Amino acid sequence: MKATFQIWRSEPGGAGALESYTTEISEGMVVLDAVHKIQAEQSPDLACRWNCKAGKCGSCSAEINGQPKLMCMTRLNSLDLTQPVTVEPMRAFPIIKDLVTDVSWNFRVKKGLKKFKPRAVRPEEHGTWRMAQRDVDRVQEFRKCIECFLCQDVCHVLRDHGKHEEFIGPRFLLYSAQLEMHPLDTDDRLADLKHKNNIGYCNITKCCTKVCPEHIHITDNAIIPLKERVVDRYYDPVTKLLRMITG
Amino acid sequence: MAAHATYSYDVLIIGAGGAGLRAAIEAAGAGVSVGLICKSLLGKAHTVMAEGGIAAAMAHNDDRDSWKVHFADTMRGGQYVNNWRMAEIHAKEAPDRVRELEAWGAVFDRTPDGRINQRNFGGHRYPRLAHVGDRTGLELIRTLQDHTIYLGVTVHMEYTVIDLILDGGRAAGVLAYDRERARFHVFTAKAIVLATGGVGRAYKVTSNSWEGTGDGHALAYRAGAELIDMEFIQFHPTGMVWPPSVKGILVTEGVRGEGGVLRNSEGRRFMFDDIPDNYKPQTASDPEEGWRYTQGDKSARRPPELLTRDHVSRCINREVKAGRGSPHGGVFLDIAWIKEKISDAEGHIKRKLPSMYHQFKELADLDITREAMEVGPTTHYIMGGIRVNADSQESTIPGLFAAGECAAGINGANRLGGNSLSDLIVFGKRAGEYAAEFAKKNRVTRLDDGAVDRAMKKSLEPFDRGAAGENPYKVQYDLQDTMQALVGIVRTESEMQEALLKIAGFNERAAKVGIDGHREYNAGWHTCIDLRNLLDVSEAIARCAIERRESRGGHFREDYPDKKDEFATVNFGTKRQADGTMTTYRIPLPPIPPELKLIIEEQKQ
Ligand SMILES: Cc1cc2nc3c(=O)[nH]c(=O)nc-3n(C[C@H](O)[C@H](O)[C@H](O)COP(=O)(O)OP(=O)(O)OC[C@H]3O[C@@H](n4cnc5c(N)ncnc54)[C@H](O)[C@@H]3O)c2cc1C
Ligand code: SF4
Ligand code: SF4
Ligand code: FES
Repeated sequence: MKATFQIWRSEPGGAGALESYTTEISEGMVVLDAVHKIQAEQSPDLACRWNCKAGKCGSCSAEINGQPKLMCMTRLNSLDLTQPVTVEPMRAFPIIKDLVTDVSWNFRVKKGLKKFKPRAVRPEEHGTWRMAQRDVDRVQEFRKCIECFLCQDVCHVLRDHGKHEEFIGPRFLLYSAQLEMHPLDTDDRLADLKHKNNIGYCNITKCCTKVCPEHIHITDNAIIPLKERVVDRYYDPVTKLLRMITG
Repeated sequence: MAAHATYSYDVLIIGAGGAGLRAAIEAAGAGVSVGLICKSLLGKAHTVMAEGGIAAAMAHNDDRDSWKVHFADTMRGGQYVNNWRMAEIHAKEAPDRVRELEAWGAVFDRTPDGRINQRNFGGHRYPRLAHVGDRTGLELIRTLQDHTIYLGVTVHMEYTVIDLILDGGRAAGVLAYDRERARFHVFTAKAIVLATGGVGRAYKVTSNSWEGTGDGHALAYRAGAELIDMEFIQFHPTGMVWPPSVKGILVTEGVRGEGGVLRNSEGRRFMFDDIPDNYKPQTASDPEEGWRYTQGDKSARRPPELLTRDHVSRCINREVKAGRGSPHGGVFLDIAWIKEKISDAEGHIKRKLPSMYHQFKELADLDITREAMEVGPTTHYIMGGIRVNADSQESTIPGLFAAGECAAGINGANRLGGNSLSDLIVFGKRAGEYAAEFAKKNRVTRLDDGAVDRAMKKSLEPFDRGAAGENPYKVQYDLQDTMQALVGIVRTESEMQEALLKIAGFNERAAKVGIDGHREYNAGWHTCIDLRNLLDVSEAIARCAIERRESRGGHFREDYPDKKDEFATVNFGTKRQADGTMTTYRIPLPPIPPELKLIIEEQKQ
């Protein structure tokens, strides 16, 4: 059986366009297999990122028929192959070449966030931190993130409004939540979240949660609780008063 | 021809997997300038794929565990051709390295009393693997990555090192290109750490990503360093076999650790039929005892599915060859059966093995809580690599260090599951520490412009030949087919001699590969460059495998199916000679000190 793919092609610095490739497909193939096949047989300079081919590294993010997805986890039999399948790079980031985008902004954002700062081991813990499984379940959910940046790609604050300089996006709200909720962490990120990272820009559309390949409940479990903490700190009159008194 | 840019560091680290990152942290902590180069984005290295866990004798789940038992297990797993000193350091230091990860933010699964939980794994006597579900590698790499970014280490992502350059016999720098623009970059350094991972891509069926092309092995070899133990490759018993596009992708040993069993097409648990004598005292006598072991019963012994990987792989191979395999040429791995034993089996499986559940559901349309998986051996790990000093990780070239999968010694003939992640952090740390020390003591190096120029020109030759040259992908596929068929799980002299002849032919073809298009992000060109590395490591594997005329650990010879005393005390080394050819020779094992020998003997009971 044959299928047709329309793949975004562009040279560094140049404009781009979708190009059509028809290739033989077989049972069980995913979009990344098709891209590799086209690369090996028709167009060796077709650029794409990938590493694990098993949804574990978050390298192969793309927009397939307009949907942000991992190419390695999108089976061809889940797509309508009577129509050409479009494969495009993530649109919220500058394109380097073909399917490869410049995601370096994400790495810079992370560097600007406060790092993990654990408390000391307590005497009653006998030399090693104690944490109950139920107290780390939530943090472990957040730590499943494979940094595919699909949530960043789909968030309208970044994608449509280009607020990259002001807003850290769902991935890093999640990262902040993971540190804030870490049972051992002692630092405080609420002021940064409110003033520097502009958590307020998020209006809980939940688009990020919908595309997360790790099925992390980004909005419900991370962003909303963080927003609540920020609100408690900055808008609750009683807390505000207390802070004024205690400095 | 001029390079686009030059950089200079005290310590240059090549590779950002667990080993490279841990080395970077240590070197930066020693106050020297550190550069880090990797082929992919930060956090995407192969380490991210590790599933089962990190071995460290913390004795949280069984207080009988200690570094001594871990040491003895590692030596037995390696069939006693390991470097004893590395095995000792590893067993002693792994617990501290794991605790350190927790201090840097890692969140491992917990025991009921709130400590790091440890699970059973093949070849480990007691539950020893610190883990996070079945995504331990992600936890490890993310923790190290998130710690490193605050330390002032300069990271060059999506840069590939092409050649290692010496200055008066000492490691001096490297030539690299960046994927984005395909420009050349020259790096000079006082000390260099190779942490480039494995060589799985030399084979057709592998669990390794495209990065596993043996670059560090080949860079070191071409610069004149010694490699050892190259015949020892680990074929993991459980890779996916269906559908074809996912063939080779790993199914974690954790499935068997949680009670999964192997069956042939007749429904028989064939692993009970072949238990090696030296493992009999520690192996369950019936399925019931095996089940109790997986559920944490300390009086029970492990099921035979958890014997060492080389053995399980060969048993599977035998079942398939005897016509008792599954429809797609594997055997059945069944975890769904545990519903006979526990009430909420479905929830339990999903909780304990979430990414396996996910992987089969999405890639094979199969629900592992209901059906058995089909699995077969896949090329997974190379025990062999760059020969290093056990304490400092320095190679036979001054100023060149190596750590992680590209270094050799700790694993001997076979690596135990979980011993790689711990190896990365134990020896990554040491490599960083000693490289920094070396950098502080030694002068700045100088790179010979002529050598840099020649290396640049050579790497661009495929463009001169254009599309009229050999297709690099085709040569790579042919090499992978050859290694799979002739230097795979079961080996014989005549087949390996044939492989060597073929490799010579591939070398000739590789000298004629051509490529079209622009240089930027050109995967075809990258394949031309990788090919050289794959050919060098493949030849080293075949040559050493021919010389070891016995069967031991990951190396199985049909023509010499037994272990031989003659080979019990040697490693095989390989080195490049002045005329460019490869030589293979015996290196006597360093004698084990009596106190460690005693530990080994005690643990044999
Ligand atoms: C699916 C899977 C599951 C596993 N599970 C476990 C487990 O549960 N427990 C365990 O202990 N082990 C496990 N292993 C083995 C273990 O993951 C690897 O051995 C280990 O991660 C290797 O780490 P490393 O740091 O040596 O190299 P890698 O993580 O492979 O990193 C290599 C680095 O070197 C870079 N590099 C390579 N060549 C070049 C070059 N030419 N120029 C620049 N950079 C270069 C790469 O870009 C990368 O950053 C597993 C392996 C696989 C494949
Ligand atoms: S929920 Fe918030 S962070 Fe997520 S996509 Fe919507 S606006 Fe962006
Ligand atoms: S939160 Fe989900 S979508 Fe966002 S980067 Fe992480 S894994 Fe990807
Ligand atoms: S290749 Fe790793 S997530 Fe797709």
